Amino acid sequence: MSRAFHFSDPKRGRALADAIRILAPPDPYKIVHVCGTHEMAITRNGLRRFLPETVDLLEGPGCPVCVTPARDIDTAIAIARTGAILCTFGDMMRVPGTELSLDEARSEGCDVRTILSADEAVVTARQTDREVVFFAVGFETTAPMTAVVLLDDPPPNLSVLASHKLIPPALVALLDLPDNRIGAYLAPGHVSTIIGTHPYEKWLNDRRVPVVIGGFEPLDILYAIALILRQHRDGTPKVENGYPRAVDPEGNAAAQRLLDAVFEPTDANWRGIGTIPSSGLRLRDAFKAFDATERFPLDLPEGRDEVPGCRCPDVLTARAVPSDCPLFAKTCTPLSPIGPCMVGAEGACSIWFRYGGERPL
Amino acid sequence: MSPSRKDTQITQLHGAGGELMGELLERLILPRLGGPDPAHSGGEIGLRALDDGATIALPEGMTGQLVLTTDSHVVKPIFFPGGDIGRLAAAGTINDLTVMGARPIALTLAAIIEEGFPFSDLERIVDAFAAALREVGAPVVCGDTKVMPVGDVDGIALNTTGLGIAPRAISDAGLRPGDRILLTGTIGDHGMALLAAREEFHLATELVSDVAPIWPMLAPLLESDLRNSIHAMKDPTRGGLAAALNEMARKSSTCIEIVEPDIPIRDSVRGLSELLGISPLEVANEGKAIVVVDPEAADEALDRLREHPLGADAAIVGTVTEEYSGRVILDTEIGGRRFLDMPLGDPVPRIC
Repeated sequence: MSRAFHFSDPKRGRALADAIRILAPPDPYKIVHVCGTHEMAITRNGLRRFLPETVDLLEGPGCPVCVTPARDIDTAIAIARTGAILCTFGDMMRVPGTELSLDEARSEGCDVRTILSADEAVVTARQTDREVVFFAVGFETTAPMTAVVLLDDPPPNLSVLASHKLIPPALVALLDLPDNRIGAYLAPGHVSTIIGTHPYEKWLNDRRVPVVIGGFEPLDILYAIALILRQHRDGTPKVENGYPRAVDPEGNAAAQRLLDAVFEPTDANWRGIGTIPSSGLRLRDAFKAFDATERFPLDLPEGRDEVPGCRCPDVLTARAVPSDCPLFAKTCTPLSPIGPCMVGAEGACSIWFRYGGERPL
Repeated sequence: MSPSRKDTQITQLHGAGGELMGELLERLILPRLGGPDPAHSGGEIGLRALDDGATIALPEGMTGQLVLTTDSHVVKPIFFPGGDIGRLAAAGTINDLTVMGARPIALTLAAIIEEGFPFSDLERIVDAFAAALREVGAPVVCGDTKVMPVGDVDGIALNTTGLGIAPRAISDAGLRPGDRILLTGTIGDHGMALLAAREEFHLATELVSDVAPIWPMLAPLLESDLRNSIHAMKDPTRGGLAAALNEMARKSSTCIEIVEPDIPIRDSVRGLSELLGISPLEVANEGKAIVVVDPEAADEALDRLREHPLGADAAIVGTVTEEYSGRVILDTEIGGRRFLDMPLGDPVPRIC
């Protein structure tokens, strides 16, 4: 029952905690990560206990289903209502659209199916004459799988509703929001295995904030935080790879070629943030025939993302933690979620609720 | 947001063993069926206690209590690594009796079968049910069979009712500060084996369900002086260890503090759980028990459990405290600390 290397080793944990304490700045310093898996690891392992009082660690727009705007969900439901089979990942089911979630649309009679990988949508399409639509969400990690589906002779009754998003442009947009005061980024390990280190340099190098790529084990995260604090102390902000056992600086070239063959960057709407230039992916012209928005021309009204009183927009932009919201754990719980951050399994509110993040013990 | 359907109609979450099911029971079921507690069932632990079984006072002249429990089984797939729906139905009912502290004395078996279901499969299932009963020495005393048209039931569904007898039933609410928490073996095996066996995952693993009747492992404790040191028991089935511990903490108004690295978990279970993003603490076990023991007797109880093959991996994993009433705290391996809360229902995989 032991693992080869002990990534939760309490002795190494204490050594890193000492380093973090020594490196800690005297003034308040905000570190933002953008990954639900990071938040899960931080909260589940109780890692905030290791941070000095001056250092804050917050999740920004790190939950792909949470940042999917209501209008995209409205579109998916409208397509399902035409009689098509809608395939999507389980996490998407309960995220609120303007009126309904996909789960509620399914209860209403729509054929909405949860899948675990994009190729299951292909299998579904090959077994039926009906239209099958793959509602594709996710960051750079999941988009290549959508690309593979489209490059591998997809069945004619399959189409893709693409709501993929890109991380580096969002990091820039967050810095430009008023009163954000972001000190540094803990960059997502999974996304970085695909894109490598260069896109962060391209987008963020003139912004003078430390960007350290971190893995997901407790020691990985404490190590990345120590690297960030060292950059800050030394006044040498740069992109640094704190997860070299998984992340190659060049990234995954094969995955990048797939993305480039199928998609091109486009402006995208992020729930809670708004439109961010070049932060989304749309199908290139060669694949228009498989674009669900072309196959199902719909005239939908604008979506409604925000709910009165809900601070999801502030949570998604790392301007608040879940317990800052007056609704958190009171009227808003995972059983009756009000905002998307309480719905998505990777959302900060849901993670804090499920893993006791409301107060450090 | 408009009122959600879960407030007006039954959804899958209502049957998932989590918070939503609890709400449904409290709001809709208990007011109609629960009756005044405890007189309705004539014993100490009735429907309102929402325990693993109910007690019935015996007629005059007999000592001890009868314990009655019932369970329906709709497992998918019907045959899975390490067992099948027959063994599961027997073990599920026997284990509910066992964690009430009762020796199983008789069971019923009712089957609802889809038209076209192969005789050979049915034979395997009934054989497995009977084999599990032989491990315990309890008979089936009555049964029922119904056949449904194709599509009206997915293969087969089983219901079993079990009757047991206990000198005094053990509830899941008798925790006292200072008590030690024992687990009788590895956690997460059944839920993860079933997840892996489902077609949609395309996974080849060596995971095997732990489905087994636990009476033979626990009888040496329950039928000795150690019984008086056992303050509570529960089998961590749906919702896993997390749900069972939270239920125990809430009902007893105590705090349970668990040392995460002391929880026995197989590498294969841990690996798949990390791959799928599903906590092994939140998935079902079908051959395990949580045993809450007086601190003075904890080591002896552990030794006794480990003497049985099913208890070889038994471990002391935590302590009952008073710090946060009704909550479960997890001391994490790295040295952090957090609440371990009630899971909401069936876990769904993450996508990022």
